[in-house]
Amino acid sequence: MADIAVTSIAAPPSRLLAGLKRGGPRLWLGAALVALLVLAAILAPVLAPHDPLEQDLMSAQLPPAWMIGGEPAFLLGTDSLGRCVLSRLIYSARTAVMVALIAATLAAAIGVALGLFAGSFGGWVDQFISRLIDVWMAFPPVLLSIVLAAVIGAGLTSVIAAIVVVDWTRFARVIRAETMVQLTRDYAAAARVIGLSRAELLRLEILPNLVPLLVTLLAVEMGIAILVEVILSFVGISVAGDTPTWGSMIAEGRQIVYQAPWIMALPIVCIITSVIGLNLFGDGLRLALDPVQRS
Amino acid sequence: MRWGELIRRFVLIPPTLFGVAVIVFVLLRVVPGDPIAMMIPPGASEADIGRLRALYGLDQPILQQFATWLGQVASGDFGRSISVRQNVLELLLARLPATIELALLATMIAVLFGVFAALIGILLRGRRAEWIVDGGIGMLLAIPDFLWALILLLLFGVLIPLLPISGRIDPEIDLSLRSNFYLIESVLTGRFDIAFALLHHMILPALALALPFAALVARLLKASLAEAEDQDYAQIARARGYSRPDILLHEVFPNALIPTVALGGVQVTLLLGGTVLVERIFSYEGIGNMAIDAVINRDFPLIQGLVLTFAVLFIALNLVVDLVVTMLDPRLRHG
Repeated sequence: MADIAVTSIAAPPSRLLAGLKRGGPRLWLGAALVALLVLAAILAPVLAPHDPLEQDLMSAQLPPAWMIGGEPAFLLGTDSLGRCVLSRLIYSARTAVMVALIAATLAAAIGVALGLFAGSFGGWVDQFISRLIDVWMAFPPVLLSIVLAAVIGAGLTSVIAAIVVVDWTRFARVIRAETMVQLTRDYAAAARVIGLSRAELLRLEILPNLVPLLVTLLAVEMGIAILVEVILSFVGISVAGDTPTWGSMIAEGRQIVYQAPWIMALPIVCIITSVIGLNLFGDGLRLALDPVQRS
Repeated sequence: MRWGELIRRFVLIPPTLFGVAVIVFVLLRVVPGDPIAMMIPPGASEADIGRLRALYGLDQPILQQFATWLGQVASGDFGRSISVRQNVLELLLARLPATIELALLATMIAVLFGVFAALIGILLRGRRAEWIVDGGIGMLLAIPDFLWALILLLLFGVLIPLLPISGRIDPEIDLSLRSNFYLIESVLTGRFDIAFALLHHMILPALALALPFAALVARLLKASLAEAEDQDYAQIARARGYSRPDILLHEVFPNALIPTVALGGVQVTLLLGGTVLVERIFSYEGIGNMAIDAVINRDFPLIQGLVLTFAVLFIALNLVVDLVVTMLDPRLRHG
């Protein structure tokens, strides 16, 4: 037993390589897109050609530089207050990345804890948590997060809270079911026989087997978190008014969509790229981490 | 056994709705945000504010407010909207048909597209072209309905201005219909000019809701078809000389339908939830659009009514799907 455990922890590099190979193009493309997003967020002050808040009413609603009437100083044009669209797009990535990281991690922490509880204790604990999930699922998620964000008030914290409160069920449901499945496996029975306590069993045996699933869920949830933040700022109840976000740019663009369609189109491109990147990355990681999924 | 499960689900409806009611109610009351402050004109006296507060029952303790509200809801009275100053139930009934028609149209489009894509995908199974279908399905799935709404609005409303991008119908059209189910009623009464005008407005929002759902249907159905085709009965039919399309359509399809309806049906709730934003984007006058306004205005009675309405729709949909699956599947019917 002990020997097997040791060799599997000290994985030979060939296994790592095999894993990366299994991830395939999805992993690479996904990782590249996610890296692009994260880099844009971190390096925003370096990358952005202008201050995203700087207004210049003399050059409002300029089209992108390659279109007729565009100016090379504003590569992707300006909005109706003459603010640089490119700079606003880059700075918006900061909000998106922050919300994605924090909200998804917190939702996962709560969901995994409750899912493990429900799946391993069974009985009334499971009944209680399952009913709680049922009630939660009876809400339209978008409406619930809008209500939550509105009542908590504007700000990054309230956006994150809204996402966590709505989305922990995504993790709890899946982790509960998977914990139940794993507990019926022989290795779990063996672990019980050698006298592991319930907590040790969950931590040492079950949790590591949930990692591939969890990684996928996390990546998908980060995409969802980005979308929810977009939705909330589109509706006008996200972060404070002067922080640039993709959602608020879309909302502004919707008002003048006939005069300046690019203001709405460009943030949409950013959002789609980020979300697809995260989905691919999650898929690729699952394939890379989970040898059973090889087929 | 299966019917027993359905009965159990029925019994669980009231407690679930009660839970939803409690959560919304408490959520709205314990957090800051004063609906009265949003409706009074500047310079209103303390006494006026107090009177308004009392009028809407907001001066009572929360438990008392909840008991009062629950009693009213049980007798069909959802209270009065604070921002629109109308009866909440009347508001809901006026707007709900618009949302139901949109969701129904979207579901029909999605099923049509989804089944078509799945059949094409399965016919191409094993060939190189299969990944084009799979890739397309993946793309459609990765982009959620509200992004599709924005993309379609840009493409077919602005860049190629084919279709209107806001409202349910042109204001100059004389409707003079009896119900609020404009589309259904105009089709049933043969007034196709109105139906056409309505569809003109509905096609973009419906398509936005339908695309991700169609992809889901296609993926589920294609997987089920592939699995069913590998079963012995399909292989035997093949060996007896029936053509592949013939087997797929008459033997495999009915069996593949059951898991697709079971798994996909539940997801109709997602489509319904998506109406909130899609209606907002296209300024479509349904309950979703109204919900966002209600939230922004802190209109407690309206929010409570809307959330309960959505919850009832969600639960009803889940039950209907279970019923349909039970009726489709002979194993469950006699189980």
